[in-house]
Amino acid sequence: MSTLRKIVIVGATSAMAEHCARLWLQQGVEEMVLIGRDAQRVDRVVADLRVRAPQCLIQTIISDFLQPEAIARTVEQACTAVSPDIVLLAHGSLPEQAVCQQDLQHNRVALEVNAISPVLFAEAFASRLEQVGQGKLVLIGSVAGDRGRKSNYVYGAAKGLVTRYAQGLQHRFAGSRIQVVLVKPGPTDTPMTAHLKSSGTKLASVEQVASNIVSGVAGGKTVIYAPAKWQLIMLIIRHLPRVIFNKLDI
Amino acid sequence: MKVYSWGRLSGEHHAVNMLGSTSNLPPLAEGPRALPHGMGRSYGDSCLNPQGTLWKTTALDHYVSFDPASGLLVCEAGILLRDIQRTFIPRGWILPVTPGTQLVTVGGAIANDVHGKNHHVHGSFGDHVRQLRLLRTDGSVIECGPAQNTDWFAATVGGLGLTGVITQACLQLRPVAGPWMETETCPYYTLDDFFQLADASEAQWEHTVSWIDCMSGSRSRGIFMRGNHAAADIRQPEPGAKALTVPLVPPVSLINPLSLRPFNAAYFHAQAQKSGRRIQHYAGYFYPLDNLLEWNRIYGPRGFYQYQSVVPRQVGQEAVAAMLKEITRAGAGSFLAVLKTFGNRQAAGMMSFPQPGVTLALDFPNKGAQTLALFERLDAIVREAGGRLYMAKDARMPRDLFEAGYPRLAEFLNYRDPGLSSALSRRLIGY
Repeated sequence: MSTLRKIVIVGATSAMAEHCARLWLQQGVEEMVLIGRDAQRVDRVVADLRVRAPQCLIQTIISDFLQPEAIARTVEQACTAVSPDIVLLAHGSLPEQAVCQQDLQHNRVALEVNAISPVLFAEAFASRLEQVGQGKLVLIGSVAGDRGRKSNYVYGAAKGLVTRYAQGLQHRFAGSRIQVVLVKPGPTDTPMTAHLKSSGTKLASVEQVASNIVSGVAGGKTVIYAPAKWQLIMLIIRHLPRVIFNKLDI
Repeated sequence: MKVYSWGRLSGEHHAVNMLGSTSNLPPLAEGPRALPHGMGRSYGDSCLNPQGTLWKTTALDHYVSFDPASGLLVCEAGILLRDIQRTFIPRGWILPVTPGTQLVTVGGAIANDVHGKNHHVHGSFGDHVRQLRLLRTDGSVIECGPAQNTDWFAATVGGLGLTGVITQACLQLRPVAGPWMETETCPYYTLDDFFQLADASEAQWEHTVSWIDCMSGSRSRGIFMRGNHAAADIRQPEPGAKALTVPLVPPVSLINPLSLRPFNAAYFHAQAQKSGRRIQHYAGYFYPLDNLLEWNRIYGPRGFYQYQSVVPRQVGQEAVAAMLKEITRAGAGSFLAVLKTFGNRQAAGMMSFPQPGVTLALDFPNKGAQTLALFERLDAIVREAGGRLYMAKDARMPRDLFEAGYPRLAEFLNYRDPGLSSALSRRLIGY
């Protein structure tokens, strides 16, 4: 893969992003810019990646993820440092649905972190990619964004917004050398989903999901379900008639 | 959720919490205590804490630093040995000691003070730990190693995760030319032959191990395998990482009296055919079963026991012969039967398993009372020989054998973390 040289990752401390970064480093990426909120956590990730790939030049940017001006500044700084072949937007947090229903402030933060912030980053990076005329912009959606469900519709709605936004960007860049990729992971075994695991939900390994993302991006896919079985599952869930769907406890 | 150990003997409910940070632990609930848990490769109940909490460490999988001049690697404790081998062998460094699977965490390797085929040269895993960081449930942090807080270090190496959560370790890697091994396979036909081969190989060969056909009666045939790291870098394509998975738990154990005799005979003859020297990739040599994922399922829904003992060398041959005889007499049998000598050295941990002598590891499908009765007869042999059983494999040893085998137990208890407990600790220590 001769074109894969430079990568920018937003939300670099997310387990999914980290595992993608590890795979990309194995493929010989030359430069990376990692963007995160918490300097200490970013340092931990960077130290790890530097041990794995001492030849790669890794820079970091600590940024606010909600302020539009901060986002614009950070994107500019990142794209000045490298002209990315791939931009991965991986930040997010899994809110507790019940708390969101009780506490509107919590609800609002969940929507901002999982919907507004990633699409503002996407918009800012899209303009930069447009200027250079090439690059891949990868957004992390979720299977939860495919149909609203009582157990997590706040998160689902946020990811649904990301999904529509990605579709719009894909439409905008159709026929160009800019690709917009939407990843829809199923429940994945990361620190973010610790409470799901405890309740017995079957989770995919983060290595598996990262490997699906990296190979899907390399293979030119525009929508990546990870693992792939979710494509079929969500096809069924999306098309279940409401009378049946409403009886499901999901 | 239901959690099984590698032997799949029980699947009881555990609360599972993935640790996300090396600097603080989740608050402990009232009542049930917690236990750090890596890949769950221990066979018995040392990695289980039914009705309590498991703190899964596999997300603590970051390297911290590596010094290419000295080979010192600092890493978090949830990183897999496989990850270390894959990252560093291409750069000329390798873990000095590795067990028969690389799908274990660094923390688990330390907490069980695991050994490999090269014990007579490099000891056990704990001998290569230069420093480790212990996070206690009261929030305190203890740095310890062979030169600092040595008592804490000795308690934690082989301490089964009961002294605190190991969050970080500094490991001394050793230089290696490449991924290839020069190996030699030698069939043997009696226990005498085995001991002669073992003695004759120790000076020239770093890795020695043997598979023993415990269905062969008094003749005790087997396959002795020895290996050295190939000195020069050999240019051969490395094998791809193709893994198969045992897709389901069969309704009965596939290892049974009907299958075992032909299995073992076929394996013996297939290996004897390959006798002589060859070049092998380290992964196939060290980890022959890692490409058959979830192989533990083949023992069926009731799971299996592994019985691993070590007995002093002076009485080793008689004790091994006596154990094999008991197994034959019971009509039981084992496919993954491993016989190997340990070198003449003391392990780093108070509760470490390796000691000078000979170790025999056997697995048996769980047939309830019948299997447990056989173990009692094997226990009697181990007890009389002054040996001990390996806690990482154990789900049933009697307390008196445990206390006789681990004379530093009372000392070890001073270092336990009161917030941590396991099924094994409750069974053998009472809390």
